[in-house]
Amino acid sequence: MKKLALLAGTALALAVGAVSGASAADKLKACWVYTGPIGDFGYSYQHDQGRLAVEKELGDKVETAYVENVAEGPDAERVFERFAREGCGIVFGTSFGFMDAELKVAKKFPKVKFEHATGYKSAPNMGLYNARFYEGRYILGQIAAKESKKALAGYIVSFPIPEVVMGINAFMLGAQSINPDFKVKIVWVNSWFDPGKEADAAKALFDQGADIIVQHTDSTAAIQVAEERGLKGFGQSSDMIKFAPKAQMTAIVDNWGPHYIKAVKAVLDGTWKADDVWEGIKDGTVHMADYANMSDETKKLAEATQAKIAGGWNPFTGPIADQTGKERYAAGVVAPDGDLLGMNWYVKGVDDKLPQ
Amino acid sequence: MLEAIILTIITAATPLLLAATGELVVEKSGVLNLGVEGMMVMGAVAGFAVTVSTGSPLLGVVGGAIAGVLVSLLFAFVTLTLVANQVASGLALTLFGLGLSGLMGESFVGQPGIKLASLDIPGLTMLPFVGKVLFGQDILVYLSFAAVFGVSWFLNRTRAGLILRAVGDNHSSAHALGYSVIGVRYLAVMFGGAMAGLGGAYLSVAYTPLWVENMTAGRGWIALALVVFASWVPWRAAVGAYLFGAVTVLQLHTQALGIGFPSQFLAMLPYLATVIVLVAISGNRRATLFNTPSSLGKSFVPDR
Repeated sequence: MKKLALLAGTALALAVGAVSGASAADKLKACWVYTGPIGDFGYSYQHDQGRLAVEKELGDKVETAYVENVAEGPDAERVFERFAREGCGIVFGTSFGFMDAELKVAKKFPKVKFEHATGYKSAPNMGLYNARFYEGRYILGQIAAKESKKALAGYIVSFPIPEVVMGINAFMLGAQSINPDFKVKIVWVNSWFDPGKEADAAKALFDQGADIIVQHTDSTAAIQVAEERGLKGFGQSSDMIKFAPKAQMTAIVDNWGPHYIKAVKAVLDGTWKADDVWEGIKDGTVHMADYANMSDETKKLAEATQAKIAGGWNPFTGPIADQTGKERYAAGVVAPDGDLLGMNWYVKGVDDKLPQ
Repeated sequence: MLEAIILTIITAATPLLLAATGELVVEKSGVLNLGVEGMMVMGAVAGFAVTVSTGSPLLGVVGGAIAGVLVSLLFAFVTLTLVANQVASGLALTLFGLGLSGLMGESFVGQPGIKLASLDIPGLTMLPFVGKVLFGQDILVYLSFAAVFGVSWFLNRTRAGLILRAVGDNHSSAHALGYSVIGVRYLAVMFGGAMAGLGGAYLSVAYTPLWVENMTAGRGWIALALVVFASWVPWRAAVGAYLFGAVTVLQLHTQALGIGFPSQFLAMLPYLATVIVLVAISGNRRATLFNTPSSLGKSFVPDR
């Protein structure tokens, strides 16, 4: 039945057409390919907010178009090719799974500029961009360790990919910097997006004694459970304070607008080149929602850490040991970006066994 | 702890049970509507929209049911009046529902909803353990059980139920006896639509008060599987829904306990349990055939 649902989803993706504004020849056309619906209030929604920011900032110098619900994998190629043929000056592929399809099309259309989010393959006309969400997760860890009365957080996660593992590790490093004995309970829901299951996971974690919930899934369901139970949590992707005015302490907001504006402007000026940028709190790509529902002391600490990270400090600075106690990075050594992007081990103190 | 787990299982099982009970009646009348997911998601968006616009979750629930009926009528018109293929039309209905709900719900994304209140009977709800489980649920939970009993009684104890089963078992004979096959099936499909709509509304109004696209996340398909699982017997659908809900919730708890069991295997368990029970049931051929509507999925064109 799951398979059938998947099939249905794919067919839906085929059925969804491109939405595009009025066309004019002298304008730069900037195009986006999203993996989810823009109505997910999560990952794709935030990319689309970035597109809207470009429209707002650059006005009639640009024209934008997007296709949502594009299945990751070879099928995405058609969408990129169509955009390239339709005269897009720059095309943004916003999901990891688009990487190969986008690269193939980029090689076929050397005059069109491409950018790919969260991947690692590039071309002379295909740049890479990503956000250092782990910086925010370190701050969440510190807040959780300060505010939790039970020194125990529940962590809802989707799939064991490096991005997620990196997030868990950053969170634990942050928490351990306050309380070395801080514990985390991890639940894999094996889905990016199933509000019901996320809510169930949150309930299970709270029932087992956690008093703070962290999530690496997209919906507001988990933090709404926290709100209902009078406990605390963090928003994900978007500022979810409206859903949990008493529970959300802060949220890691994916703020792609600044990067998109920069990239589109560069194309307009003729200065665009295929870059590999990994932006974080410093660049505004990772934005922390207002600190709320915590003590003043915790708030000051969070702000100080945020300032420290914005100043260039990396949360993955040694000494860092893994679960077995083996030292991975000696004191003062900063984990190279390549290591982070391929992270497949837990730091010391995480009780979960990483699904392989 | 046990009480907390049971409470979570109830919320996980209710949307499945509502939609499955509706589809059971549809299939008993001989129509296979694979569009449950589409009707559910329409119920979810309508339920949320009405709730937010009127401020009343109860009206939202009614709105969800109405939306389910409206899209099911589309299916009924295409398959019963125009005699189109039911499987293809059902799949199309799902795609249509997912797309249309996304469009309709666009302005509701990122808006907090209002949660359907649970009944609170002073005294009874305060009872230890059973209080909250038995007397502290929201109205849709009770409705889902009422529907199981109601449908069971209707199918087995009433004349109208007998006619509906006759239509589903042999539409030509039912027609020859003078019953309106198409009329009965229209009503059955509409009932299925209403129940799927309620299931969807439960998701967006009671389970997780929010609207996002595709929020049903495959529950309509599970409801469809539950009908076969139940071999078209209402109380078995209830058992199936609760079994499915229980395994889903328990696997989350097992993970949180940190036993170190592979989460992918645990996530598979609800489906595995369904398959095992299906195999066990189909072992008894006679009982299965006895309950299966013989005309299921077959189009009916009256010979004049």
